[in-house]
Amino acid sequence: MNFAEFFQRNLPYILSGISVGGQYALIAIGYTMVYGILRLINFAHGDIFMVAGLLMVYISASLPVYVAMPIVIVATVVLGVLVERLAYKPLRSAPRMSVMISAIGVSYLIQNLALYVTGGLPQVYPKIPYISDTVKIFGAVTKRVTVITPILTIVLIIVLVLLIKYTKVGIAMRAVSKDFETSQLMGVKINKVISMTFVIGSFLAAIGSLLYFTNYTSVMPTSGAMPGLKAFVAAVFGGIGSIPGAVVGAFIIGICENIIKGLGLTTFSDAFTFALLIVILCVKPTGIFGEKNIDKV
Amino acid sequence: MLNNKKKKVDLVSMLVIVAILFAVNILAEMFVPRTSLFFSVVKKSCVYALVAVSMNLLNGFTGLFSLGQAGFMLIGAYAYAILTIPAEMRDSVYQYFDGGLVKEPIFWPLALIVAGLVAGVFAFLIGLPVLRLKSDYLAIATLGFAEIIRAFVQWDKFGPLTNGSNLLRGYPTFDSLASEWFGSPKFSSTIALAITAVCILLIVLFINSTYGRALKAIRDDEIAAEAMGINLARHKQISFIISSFFAGVGGALLAMHQSTIQATAFESAMTYEILLIVVVGGIGSISGSCISSFLYIAASEWWLRGLDSGSFLGIQSTLFRGGFRKVVFSVIIMIIVLFFRQGIMGDKELSFTRIAEKFKRRSKKEPSTKEAEKEVAAK
Repeated sequence: MNFAEFFQRNLPYILSGISVGGQYALIAIGYTMVYGILRLINFAHGDIFMVAGLLMVYISASLPVYVAMPIVIVATVVLGVLVERLAYKPLRSAPRMSVMISAIGVSYLIQNLALYVTGGLPQVYPKIPYISDTVKIFGAVTKRVTVITPILTIVLIIVLVLLIKYTKVGIAMRAVSKDFETSQLMGVKINKVISMTFVIGSFLAAIGSLLYFTNYTSVMPTSGAMPGLKAFVAAVFGGIGSIPGAVVGAFIIGICENIIKGLGLTTFSDAFTFALLIVILCVKPTGIFGEKNIDKV
Repeated sequence: MLNNKKKKVDLVSMLVIVAILFAVNILAEMFVPRTSLFFSVVKKSCVYALVAVSMNLLNGFTGLFSLGQAGFMLIGAYAYAILTIPAEMRDSVYQYFDGGLVKEPIFWPLALIVAGLVAGVFAFLIGLPVLRLKSDYLAIATLGFAEIIRAFVQWDKFGPLTNGSNLLRGYPTFDSLASEWFGSPKFSSTIALAITAVCILLIVLFINSTYGRALKAIRDDEIAAEAMGINLARHKQISFIISSFFAGVGGALLAMHQSTIQATAFESAMTYEILLIVVVGGIGSISGSCISSFLYIAASEWWLRGLDSGSFLGIQSTLFRGGFRKVVFSVIIMIIVLFFRQGIMGDKELSFTRIAEKFKRRSKKEPSTKEAEKEVAAK
């Protein structure tokens, strides 16, 4: 089979791979930034992403979608910062493992809360007009979200990179990720910087959630776990702490995963991601972009 | 000399505690009605205690933060079930795969050991690349392996062996064994308790051996341990394999408790649950893990049940509906994780000498941290 033929046959999978990759990228940034600053795998991030989905379901039930979307985003950001304040801040001087256990605990709590609120039933995700419409690209029928996601992702990431490069808080973030103690001595307000990290991470996760769940019919309390883990793998793959790395990793994982689904090996689409993780950890533990410490945020 | 005497006292106190547990359990089996949730709680907490202790061996005693427990449990549970389903049941269990590959069952205690061994072999293979990783990378890599194993077990091509994504059933369970031996499901929880006690005793012996002390040295300071002549890679590997062996046995026991198993149940949430048990009990305390698994299972499946069904401790509220108990429960866990980081036992063990010491300390205000340390080393 030559390349053109392969491309033509797998086009729908590649397209949805790019789309899913963009969504993973938006989640992965939250992981990679938090890891860069706190050296913490924020296990609750995937669940915050899921909560954004549930909030959309509940809020859009009483309000029009366009009003609901900003509310969802704000509420998700508040939740993200709240989690940091309540569960991670008290443990700032504790060993790293305690914070990670706390993150797992938060994830458990959020999932159980969601289970209680939803009663364990899948909640039907609302149709967002315009982006859930179907379109045709190169003969492949798909939703408009497939096209919007990569564009939106890249725009957001450019804005983020500029923010980190040129604004005061961005410089502070880079300083903190380089050296926690020293930057504190230099007068950087650590707590403000960390909160800002969580604001950005949760904001992007909320947008990612709006795009991600458009492709699915429903949200469940556990639907955040897998995308969360995969986004984390993407962050590790690209070199944890590096934003471009996370984005590249996310797109690679999204596309590979969907091509594997296209080959009829759906059972292994999740397994593949983790196999990739283990290979990269063994071959180059710092990830593809890991050595560039300058990009670390 | 003093140390030796102390060790003996501790060993005796441990045996006494185990004996009391058995006595209580047997009395309960004789006098508490079978419908009580107590028995199912005892069985399940035995299983979780074993897995929690095996995880503690890695996380608490070796300092390797691994999250692969559910994967090894899955291997153990499947190995046990595949090897013990009676020949006449195979056609109906493996109805889509012509009765499966394995035709004849083996004796169940043997299958328990094989379950552990298979998990151990997998741990050896997985450990080769993974054990070189540090802290959270190791955690995420082992978590990944558990997911990979789960995907492979559910693969159709392995159907003749694993029954694909269909469930396995019909193998000997605690209840069926008890009925076979005593004519009724009575004493099924005693069987669970006995198997678990033997396994945990083996782990305790391992931790008290030279190897165990080497593992603690690695946990406390890798570089210093290496300088003392401890082979880091080898000891980490041994610890990983032994922990996985017992996680595998634990998985097999879970299968025995549940009477049906399916790969989908062994997801990462299960590992998290076990990790939380270890944390609540105290990282580095075996008795802590055992106590907290009982409390954890009893609270989540028995004591807090009222929170799900409308009335709890006489309070009626519309808030109390399905799932509320888990919310309350996870809030309690978060409080422990945040404010009582030592857990129930810290890194100490439950023993009569300690309790006696505590009383002594109250009368004579002379805290003997040195002695406590010695005791941990002796344990």
